[in-house]
Amino acid sequence: MTAARLWRWAAWVLTAVIAVYLVAPMAIVVIISFSDSALLNFPPPGLSLRWYRSLADTPAWRDAILVSLEIMVITAAIATALGTAAAIGLASWRGPLAVAVRSLLMAPLVVPHIISGAAIFLLFDSWGWVGSMHALVFGHTALALPYVVATVGAALETYDRRLDQAALTLGASPRVAFLRITLPLISPGILAGLLFAAMLSFDELIVSLFLSTPQLRTVTVLMWSNVFGDINPEISAIATVILLVSMTLLALQWVLSRRRGQSVMPGLGR
Amino acid sequence: MAVVFAVPVGALLMRSASDPVWGLQNFRSLWEEPVYASLIRNTVQISLATTIGCILLAYPFAHVMATQPRLTRLLTLVVLIPFWSSILVRSFAWMVLLQNNGIINESLLWLGVIGQPLELIFNRTGVLIGMVHVLLPFVVFPLYGSIRAMDPALMPAAACLGAGPVRAFLRVQLPLTLPGLATGAVLVFVMALGFFITPALLGGRRDAVIARMIQLQVSQLGDWGMAATLSLVLLVATLLLLGATQLLVRSPARRVTE
Amino acid sequence: MSTPVLELRGVGKRFGQVVAVTGVDLTLDKGEFISFLGPSGSGKTTTLTMVAGLQKPTEGSILLNGQDVVPLPPYRRNIGVVFQHYALFPHMTVAANIAFPLQMRKVPRAEAGQRVEAALKLVGLPGFADRLPSQLSGGQQQRVALARALVYEPPLLLMDEPLGALDKNLRAQMQIEIARLHRDLGITVLYVTHDQEEALVMSDRIAVFNHGQIEQIGRPQALYERPATPFVAGFLGDSTFLAGRVQTLADEKAVVQTAHGALRGHAATGLRVGDAAIVAVRPERVALLGADDAPRDNTVQGRVSDVIYLGQSRKYVVRLEDGAELLGLQPVGAAGVALSEGAEVRVGWTATDCNVLPAG
Repeated sequence: MTAARLWRWAAWVLTAVIAVYLVAPMAIVVIISFSDSALLNFPPPGLSLRWYRSLADTPAWRDAILVSLEIMVITAAIATALGTAAAIGLASWRGPLAVAVRSLLMAPLVVPHIISGAAIFLLFDSWGWVGSMHALVFGHTALALPYVVATVGAALETYDRRLDQAALTLGASPRVAFLRITLPLISPGILAGLLFAAMLSFDELIVSLFLSTPQLRTVTVLMWSNVFGDINPEISAIATVILLVSMTLLALQWVLSRRRGQSVMPGLGR
Repeated sequence: MAVVFAVPVGALLMRSASDPVWGLQNFRSLWEEPVYASLIRNTVQISLATTIGCILLAYPFAHVMATQPRLTRLLTLVVLIPFWSSILVRSFAWMVLLQNNGIINESLLWLGVIGQPLELIFNRTGVLIGMVHVLLPFVVFPLYGSIRAMDPALMPAAACLGAGPVRAFLRVQLPLTLPGLATGAVLVFVMALGFFITPALLGGRRDAVIARMIQLQVSQLGDWGMAATLSLVLLVATLLLLGATQLLVRSPARRVTE
Repeated sequence: MSTPVLELRGVGKRFGQVVAVTGVDLTLDKGEFISFLGPSGSGKTTTLTMVAGLQKPTEGSILLNGQDVVPLPPYRRNIGVVFQHYALFPHMTVAANIAFPLQMRKVPRAEAGQRVEAALKLVGLPGFADRLPSQLSGGQQQRVALARALVYEPPLLLMDEPLGALDKNLRAQMQIEIARLHRDLGITVLYVTHDQEEALVMSDRIAVFNHGQIEQIGRPQALYERPATPFVAGFLGDSTFLAGRVQTLADEKAVVQTAHGALRGHAATGLRVGDAAIVAVRPERVALLGADDAPRDNTVQGRVSDVIYLGQSRKYVVRLEDGAELLGLQPVGAAGVALSEGAEVRVGWTATDCNVLPAG
């Protein structure tokens, strides 16, 4: 075998190993969640749904999941609304002030997560908001906002402004042009931002850790506290649930992006 | 946005110099006390090792991803799925795998490669395995872009000119893909510095990182001053490094003269 | 005398220090087809966008059917606009695109449906109603854009280099279609193009733009045969330019002293004795003179330096004494002096066939 072939073969093998390295851990966690033994053995001796039943039977877990879902929905809604408005506002804005605002909006992407968490905690602690729904929503929204601004911003970048001009010459007022032409065409970006924000919120741990209390905590926080104790397949099960939510949102994103370019058919008149 | 983010962060950072009393004593502690020195040393070591690990693993992966169009979609999926998964879940997954009676040890024992279980968790090794797993995609993506952007005729040209595969790689492909690699590497390093979840779950006593300390200071020790100081140091380091990459990206390409 | 459909009075547009358009005066009557012709950056598109309402003029007024429209936004001007890259709404079907302006005007659904059908038939795309723009070829998209701009029967149609993105054959075909539509519907059209042939073929009148101003406006034939400036002479068709100074001026005829002797031609307006001038003559108007041919009003001597076979004709270049080049065009198979490279020849043309233009 020539040297080149050898190297290429090595690269392939390494890639395969890395692929397994990347995917296997999560796959194993999912499989173990169906184990019928209380030990984290892999492969599991037998399969059962006992851990999921146990989750469903434990009020702490049930509450945590509901809290996470509730926060996720609200955060996604607010972050998307604000982020879209911000992206649209920033789209045609130039100049140093625009740059400053944009940097401010994108700041959470740069600042280490732990610092954001500590800072937000500091603020809400002084307001007495720790352990409240609005604190968690606020915190999650602040973290999710830059992502929405980024995805909607990207959609606006590729949007052809001449379509707006055409709409105007055809008799559409700016408001109508925005609603009938611009919005439908950037909706993929908005949707992507929405799903992103939802996923971010549901998976979020650090800020939630600071802002949660035993009375109000997210599912990630509950999992975190459990992980430091005895770990058993129940935690695997909750991990799988968390994974399920993220993967569902991701899949939704993927499906919707495949259908991009399909027409909105108002036909002749509404 | 300003309210929810900038102001609190600013307020926190101010505490570094204002808590418990005004003055720079926090910074002096940071400098003098061995606890903090080893904390920072640990964090930097872990981040560095993670970055190197990521680079070594990302290159072959990104290379195959970029040069084998049939595999690109599959490999992209392979990278994306963990990328979008919760870090908590992933770190937990490694806890399961790396424990003494976890699958890895079990397999190695079964294969006869080792006589007794390896200590893979609650130590530096576990932390690194976990962190590389989480941060690998951040090198793969820019590197993939760089490799794709390279003219596919260059490597064959080098071969025709007499360069063996290693020489061709070192003299042609590596320099050309360096921007993507560097971007990814710096990004990984910066993110690793601020990492919290993975080191906390997979690390042992000697693997305390800055982020963990900040969290402890705030939630349990109540030492806002130190927490703020550590945060300031972390943030400054982050911004400096990210800023430096931006400058490097803009600097004119150096010409390789012979 | 009915009100002109469009009137531009002293229209100008300035961007900071840069003057994009200045001093544009124009009157467009009903049913006229006028082309704005000029190189990129000459201000023709800017002027069009001001008429459409997408930009505001910094000076002057624009009157549509006698009414000042400058304060009106584009969606109240009721003008049809066809853009260079069609600007079809990608998320709507062809029918929805065409129906859009009717919806804006609150036309009832049933009637809108009929009008959309009629518009599609008009542009030769019946049955395309449910397709998406992405499924159409460039030419088809252009027709849909046209249908969309015409369906609400605007008094004025603006077209901004609509055929620029099409290939040559398709362009020729579309030119004929647009000309036909203009004739059949009697619409008033303002057409922007940088292609002089296109302008010559389609227009009732042409306005030649250069550096933000109209250099000349008139019927195609007038512009071709009596250009007012060297720019117009050079932009529309080929010309030979010979420099000189005006010696005498009488009855619209000028005698110009050049390096090749005194040349006579039709004087453009604004010329005075003593002015620097340019004598312009079209290649098809010059003829090779044989030994026993009578001399023409203008005769020069030189050596043939290039002959290019074009199928129907031969283009040739004669290098004159001072190095100036004269362009000539001889139909293949014409009787007369034979063309051969390197030959010493005499070339001549009549005074009526050439123009004396200000060197400006």
